[in-house]
Amino acid sequence: MALQFEVVGRFNRARASKLTLPHYVVQTPMFMPVGTQGTIKGLTNSQLEDIGCQIILGNTYHLALRPGAELIDELGGLHKFMNWKRGLLTDSGGFQMVSLLHLADITEEGVTFQSPVDGKPMLLTPEESIQIQNKIGADIIMALDDVVRTTITGPRIEEAMYRTLRWMDRCIAAHKRPDAQNLFGIVQGGLDPVLRDICVRGLVERNLPGYAIGGLAGGEDKDSFWRVVAQCTAALPEDKPRYVMGVGYPLDIVVCSALGADMYDCVYPTRTARFGTALVPEGVLKLKHNAMASDERPIDSTCSCMVCKNYTRAYIHSLVTRDAMGSQLLSYHNLSYMMRLSKDLHMSIVEGRFPEYVRGFLRTQFPKGDVPQWVCNAMEVAGIDISSCCAPVPV
Amino acid sequence: MHVQAAKTVSHILHNCRQSENSYPRSYPPKTLLPFLTPPKTPTLSFRLASAPIKTREPNTNKTKSKVSIQVRLMRFVVTKPSAGAGVAGKARLGALYLGGGGAAPPIETPALVVPTRRGLPSFISRDLLDRLPYPDSLLLHLCPIHFIVCPSTRTIKNIGGVHEMVGLQDHFFIASPGDSVESLPEHGGTNKIGAAFETPSGRRLINPKDYMDIISSTRPNLWASLADEVPAWVTEKRNRLSIDRTLKWLDDCLSLDQEKGASTLGAVVGGPNIEHRKKCATEVSMRNVSGFYLGGFGLGESIEERSALLNAVTNILPEEKIRFVSRLGLPEEVLQGVAAGIDLFDSTYIYHLTLGGFALVFPLDILGEAPEALLRNSSNDYTKINLHATIYRKDTSPIVDKCSCYTCQDHTRAYLNHLLNVHEMLAQILLEIHNTHHYLGFFRSIRRALKQEKFELFRERFMESRRVHLTEAVPYS
Repeated sequence: MALQFEVVGRFNRARASKLTLPHYVVQTPMFMPVGTQGTIKGLTNSQLEDIGCQIILGNTYHLALRPGAELIDELGGLHKFMNWKRGLLTDSGGFQMVSLLHLADITEEGVTFQSPVDGKPMLLTPEESIQIQNKIGADIIMALDDVVRTTITGPRIEEAMYRTLRWMDRCIAAHKRPDAQNLFGIVQGGLDPVLRDICVRGLVERNLPGYAIGGLAGGEDKDSFWRVVAQCTAALPEDKPRYVMGVGYPLDIVVCSALGADMYDCVYPTRTARFGTALVPEGVLKLKHNAMASDERPIDSTCSCMVCKNYTRAYIHSLVTRDAMGSQLLSYHNLSYMMRLSKDLHMSIVEGRFPEYVRGFLRTQFPKGDVPQWVCNAMEVAGIDISSCCAPVPV
Repeated sequence: MHVQAAKTVSHILHNCRQSENSYPRSYPPKTLLPFLTPPKTPTLSFRLASAPIKTREPNTNKTKSKVSIQVRLMRFVVTKPSAGAGVAGKARLGALYLGGGGAAPPIETPALVVPTRRGLPSFISRDLLDRLPYPDSLLLHLCPIHFIVCPSTRTIKNIGGVHEMVGLQDHFFIASPGDSVESLPEHGGTNKIGAAFETPSGRRLINPKDYMDIISSTRPNLWASLADEVPAWVTEKRNRLSIDRTLKWLDDCLSLDQEKGASTLGAVVGGPNIEHRKKCATEVSMRNVSGFYLGGFGLGESIEERSALLNAVTNILPEEKIRFVSRLGLPEEVLQGVAAGIDLFDSTYIYHLTLGGFALVFPLDILGEAPEALLRNSSNDYTKINLHATIYRKDTSPIVDKCSCYTCQDHTRAYLNHLLNVHEMLAQILLEIHNTHHYLGFFRSIRRALKQEKFELFRERFMESRRVHLTEAVPYS
């Protein structure tokens, strides 16, 4: 185990923590931007540091293809290769099974991909995945899990869950650097609470440094989504970090934090920036709209990032989808927004005002009081009273 | 190993061949010392030969301040007049001061005007721009044609002009119609109403009034009048017409100008015809302008005939006023322009290099190197390297050893090679930073050579070192 996890504040299930990793000390709840190929698209390391990024993600599948695990190892690991001084986390390559399924064939041995670069088959076994991640050298590495979409039903889900546990053992055996890298297990089991429970207990038995809740954020309905998160956070140990993979939208992060999760990752903020959409407290702002062409306000008047301090919506509108600079500036702002969200969550829990923060967040996003039912249900379980945010139901 | 140049590289770039075992030699530029933060009240003294490159403090949270017109005015002073005689007899040193009595340091000329898209460099955002050499990197190009579609002139005016709009209140913008990338002068579409440009939103016609609307709303520090710029192969009749139109539009622009020519660069055209050029230059000199924009260059004339044309114009133009030329971007073209007495150069050389994955590596201390060292036997192109090449896969050195730009301080050739291979935007950002830094360094070298009165020697040595790779056989592996 190469981390220390210290809870520094609580409200019911929600917790704020200080997580000490080999390369950096992070505060949770925390959002991690995704730098798939060894870079966050359009932003330099200095900008990421200015914005307040603590951990960024790299992707084993992509990095193993280019530039290759051997090369990264030879050049001293991904931290040195990218010259990133803070935390790194690598995904196992498991998600590509789902997103690139038409190229993949899953067996007990591992996953065979058809490489999109040269068409050659590439077998990813648990051992291989861990070996590659050992060479990349991130602070946190993920076990290879058998991922299925939550929209699938039937025996495949159970098969995948048990296989995930078997692969977990193979990952643990293959892990050569437990003193420098933390191997997280991933809870699978689809939307079935029985399967999820078996998986959680199986992983907890193996006494891992941290746990992730996987297989979500893939199109399932929100009511099922939060229930799985709630069940897992209730069953996972208190003294270890919990990472909900692939989340996501600011609202989802607030709900999951209220239910007791600590870490999140998603391509959403940076991807939506490249399509001209900015994240704001009220929701989203589509800079491409013609109405933006003469709007002289900053993207977000409550935001203190470099973009909001210097640029108007009108100018950004003239850049988006035309110039690379538009993508860069919006990515900068969107990530600043996510870091501010993370910081606000952490500080509001530490300072004992978490419910007020949640209420303020919901009121700003849903000024008419139309908070979605799933959020109300989740907050009830989280023990946060949001009745003042919801409009009275018409009788 | 044959290196493939990217398809987007302009025809003016050479293909370069890299051998498996060679790397550009690192050089010890004495003048590229580590940067220092500038003093709070910089003096207006000129940079000495050994002055370190300065950068300013990062400026991420600047509050907006609306600067009055008075402070925007720029004043040009010739600090070292041309020698008058010799091959490079017209070359001179100058300084651009920002009016209003502020503490900003002057920009020394000959200088590079950094190209922009809608007021910002293509890939370098304002916080990264702050880390480029100071005050050299304060000089930016503005192409009014970029604002034909949006934002509207009313919106730009409300925001307070281009400086406010792009968050670069301390920078200087020099405007000329057209650029070499996105807004190309289309002489076939130009008529008596206005000048035509090929833009991403199609061919656009802009008349003096529309042009001045954009100028008066963006409020650049200096701006060139609207011109009919024609390529070198047009008929004499068409050429004469371009002069008449350009002069008329200059008068139109001046009559619409609230500052009465205080920030105007009168456009001088005349195509490939020396007599026409002289006539136009004489006419424009008689107008009440603060400087001159030499239009119509870089549109098809050969580098050999260009010298005579440039000199024909600068011979006539008053010495004390500033001269700006567009589209002469290559180092050889810059040296040619400096020799003819040009002060400002707007170049998209950096942009094309960046898109192609090239990084500039040529030594900047041309005069310091022994001549033999520059001509050392090697099959290298000393100018630039193509970071797509596989020889850089594991190269953990910076692009240029001891370069003080952000890219070279923080990243390796191997990382850039990877970024280019996976088509990541960060590659262009890092390359544009380095290339801009390096090219600004080139201009510093030129100024230093002028101060030491060794410009002709500098030019000779530089041209020789550029030709080394062409005269040697390259092993084809």
